[in-house]
Amino acid sequence: MTVSEFANKNGLTCLCLPEGEREIEGAYVGDLLSFVMGKAQSGDAWVTIMSNQNVLAVAALTDVACVIFAEGVKPDDALTQTAKEKGINLLACDKDAYGICLMLSACL
Amino acid sequence: MNEDLIFHFDVDGSDFTSAGQASVQLKKNLRQLGISPDIIRRVSIAMYEGEINMVIHANGGEADVAVTETDITITLRDKGPGIKDIDLAMQEGFSTATDNIRSLGFGAGMGLPNMKRYSDSMEIDSVVGEGTVITMKINL
Ligand SMILES: Nc1ncnc2c1ncn2[C@@H]1O[C@H](COP(=O)(O)OP(=O)(O)O)[C@@H](O)[C@H]1O
Ligand SMILES: [Mg+2]
Repeated sequence: MTVSEFANKNGLTCLCLPEGEREIEGAYVGDLLSFVMGKAQSGDAWVTIMSNQNVLAVAALTDVACVIFAEGVKPDDALTQTAKEKGINLLACDKDAYGICLMLSACL
Repeated sequence: MNEDLIFHFDVDGSDFTSAGQASVQLKKNLRQLGISPDIIRRVSIAMYEGEINMVIHANGGEADVAVTETDITITLRDKGPGIKDIDLAMQEGFSTATDNIRSLGFGAGMGLPNMKRYSDSMEIDSVVGEGTVITMKINL
């Protein structure tokens, strides 16, 4: 399923979808960036509550399909703007990581 | 004829938000060279952890990445405080990062172990009060 389809189907907020047609192929949950760097795979949906600029570097380096901010976390506009420029898909959701994983699991 | 490629990056120690930029740029450079995704991934992770360390522990530094026919060598140089006990610093989970840095998602104490894991060889030269030089080699 594409990032865009996943967001629409589950009612997630699309903060920016510069590459909305990317396929979600797996998922990774985590906030410690060293773990994410080492574990998240290209094409994963990365679920996190971190929302500082460094998230974008990690998303770009791991080549995840999208970042999903859990628990109602909202990054600032500057981050969303940079993500748009860098081609990184950002979604947001009020659910916790577990709830988001259930939605992902149903779609994978 | 056989010219090695060298990429140079200055890593700004004052700006947290831009940390990781050198690694992202390096990844693009390596992609353009047609290096395999698996190698790019390992180089990117090693470089990112080294870059972050220079930002959070050493007030910035510089990185040189040399690409030859046979390997990629990353050299990270900083004039930070140096590492007193390298064996301790290499242990998974060991970190001197402050709470503030942890709240940003760093300081898991996995940086140096990740760098070692993802490179084929790694050397740390550090003098307390002078700085640190880390050399990592990834075979192609
Ligand atoms: N370039 C450096 N200069 C000074 N100290 C460093 C440097 N890199 C790492 N260290 C020390 O080694 C420790 C472990 O590093 P690392 O494994 O990357 O974990 P973390 O960065 O999460 O603390 C750091 O907490 C710090 O004390
Ligand atoms: Mg580190």
